[in-house]
Amino acid sequence: MGGQPDREEMLLEVKDLKKYFPIRSGFFRKTVGYVKAVDGVSFYIKRGETFGLVGESGCGKSTTGRCILRLIEPTSGEVIFHDENAGPLHVERLEKRQMRALRRNMQIVFQDPYSSLNPRLTLQQIVGEPLVVNRIARGGELQDRVAGLLKAVGLRSEYMDRYPHAFSGGQRQRISLARALALNPKFIVADEPVSALDVSVQAQVLNLMESLQEEFNLTYLFIAHDLSVIEHISDRVAVMYVGKLVESAKTEDLFLNPRHPYTEALMSAVPKPDPRARSERILLTGEVANPANPPSGCYFHPRCRYAAEMCKVEHPILREIAAGHFVSCLRAEELRLRGILRQS
Amino acid sequence: MEQDEVLRVEELHTYFYTQEGVVRAVDGASFTVKRGEVLGVVGESGCGKSVAALSILRIVPPPGKIIGGRILYQRHLGADRNQGISEVLDLAELHPRSGQMREIRGGEISMVFQEPMTSLDPVYTIGDQIMEAITLHQKVDRREARKRAIEMLDQVGMPQPGRIIDGYPHQLSGGMRQRVMIATALSCRPALLIADEPTTALDVTTEAQILDLMRNLQQQMGTAIMYITHNLGVIAEMCDDVVVMYLGKVVEQADVDAIFYDPRHPYTQALLRSIPRLGEKTKRKLEPIKGIVPDPYAIPKGCSFWPRCLHFISGLCDQVQPEPVHVVPNHAVRCHLYKQESR
Repeated sequence: MGGQPDREEMLLEVKDLKKYFPIRSGFFRKTVGYVKAVDGVSFYIKRGETFGLVGESGCGKSTTGRCILRLIEPTSGEVIFHDENAGPLHVERLEKRQMRALRRNMQIVFQDPYSSLNPRLTLQQIVGEPLVVNRIARGGELQDRVAGLLKAVGLRSEYMDRYPHAFSGGQRQRISLARALALNPKFIVADEPVSALDVSVQAQVLNLMESLQEEFNLTYLFIAHDLSVIEHISDRVAVMYVGKLVESAKTEDLFLNPRHPYTEALMSAVPKPDPRARSERILLTGEVANPANPPSGCYFHPRCRYAAEMCKVEHPILREIAAGHFVSCLRAEELRLRGILRQS
Repeated sequence: MEQDEVLRVEELHTYFYTQEGVVRAVDGASFTVKRGEVLGVVGESGCGKSVAALSILRIVPPPGKIIGGRILYQRHLGADRNQGISEVLDLAELHPRSGQMREIRGGEISMVFQEPMTSLDPVYTIGDQIMEAITLHQKVDRREARKRAIEMLDQVGMPQPGRIIDGYPHQLSGGMRQRVMIATALSCRPALLIADEPTTALDVTTEAQILDLMRNLQQQMGTAIMYITHNLGVIAEMCDDVVVMYLGKVVEQADVDAIFYDPRHPYTQALLRSIPRLGEKTKRKLEPIKGIVPDPYAIPKGCSFWPRCLHFISGLCDQVQPEPVHVVPNHAVRCHLYKQESR
């Protein structure tokens, strides 16, 4: 891959990551097939950037995030974390104890702030737990650290003894962020962190994530289905479809000049908040392919309006079509696709 | 009531009497739906938009109660729902289980809910559920009902409707289930369709299909739609008129162009500034609305938006409830900023 940055810049590399879930059936729970949730995904994330991963439900974006942290064990592939001190670490090969140490550097924020916080614990216990588990702080110091973390995410330290039920969705997401930040991580997987929130609160959390990124020098893998959120927050974006990356590029390049028909259709499908721009939308026919039984050739071909004969048989591979712009479409060179019109 | 109005809600109050206190879910909401047009109702969670819809159909679950206001529904007697001699009924006056209300609910005013996964009964076939609506409201036998059900499924773009009709909901995807819901709701050719976040649970590409379908059917059948959503993009794509709700009140009502290009209420303005928009990537900071939607048990005195408002006037906004003011014809705002101008 020519557009790849050097080792210095890179924080995380994912190479040919696969996660197949077995489908079992019958009395002996025989494996009758596999759901290819993640099917050979490769990308890299640079230090300090926000890498957006976007796709529709079931495309494998969350599974990818979880495989990176090994919350789910990947079936195969490599995940390389470039530690400043220890050098490149093969996450998928680490043993339990090494993994625990690495988790200090990699954290996750989940989508649903109502189910990701234990209702029986106070904020101090929730946010302080990582510090206690890793034997970093206790007693008065622990309290100070928790107070500092709550402050960093815009909550008052007096709230420390309250329980999660006393907080709104947006505030709970702040608590989740405080917990993720407790160990001073370098990398955070944010799995749909704002999709359960009201529009007016979404903006607060997005702004907070941006300022925390600057303050703590964070790198984000930002997983979302909402393209406008992804465009706003990401430096680079990857689009997934049925377990595969179909396109990845710098945010501007991807949105102005998409090279994969799926990206084009996805962008055109988003309802725009402008009644004067009721656009001619590209309506995809049919539905997202079943990852247990994907179509032949390019997985997108049954819904693609540009599909040719070869698309039915040949598997496209992700290739670099312009500097830093990767696409997996056989016809990428010849197609002229419509991006988002820039509004001044 | 004007001839071209199908529904006029006046000062509707729906309260929930819970042990912790009274939740004023809808607290003096007024709006009208014109015949054959799409009215968008937009607001954040807890603003009362769904409860307003349930009130119209008189299916507010206990401990909720309509305690004031009128829900005027103008129906046309005769076969065509949009023409002929008309009468006006106050739905708030009718008993929820009265014959008249049952006739209207599902027959003349029908509803599509947010969750297509839960709003269909898993133990009945698709056909049973559509045919139930048809046989309840039209004098037809089962064979005729089945024929109509298949026609409806075909109209909502269901592939192989003759086969699907004997299938069960679990065999369908979310988008397909929502098509079934729409087919059921439209099977009796209602005068008004209430759609409560019908595409929120769906993916964007499926959402685009459903929005397109609803627009086409609406134009073909002349059904008026009350479209409830929190998504401003969907509002812009679908609606003719828009009502913005905040904490049980309508804070602004105007046509869709005015809402997006000339919003007057500080809440509407703030809402429009707070959303990220495609094609505006400048790494600019979003402008969030400060604070959070207040607790429903402790709605602020005066204008309920004042603690979050950028134009807050101390001593006025936190004391006096603003009344709706028409800044221009057909553009009403509930805000003290405009009181002086209109006088």
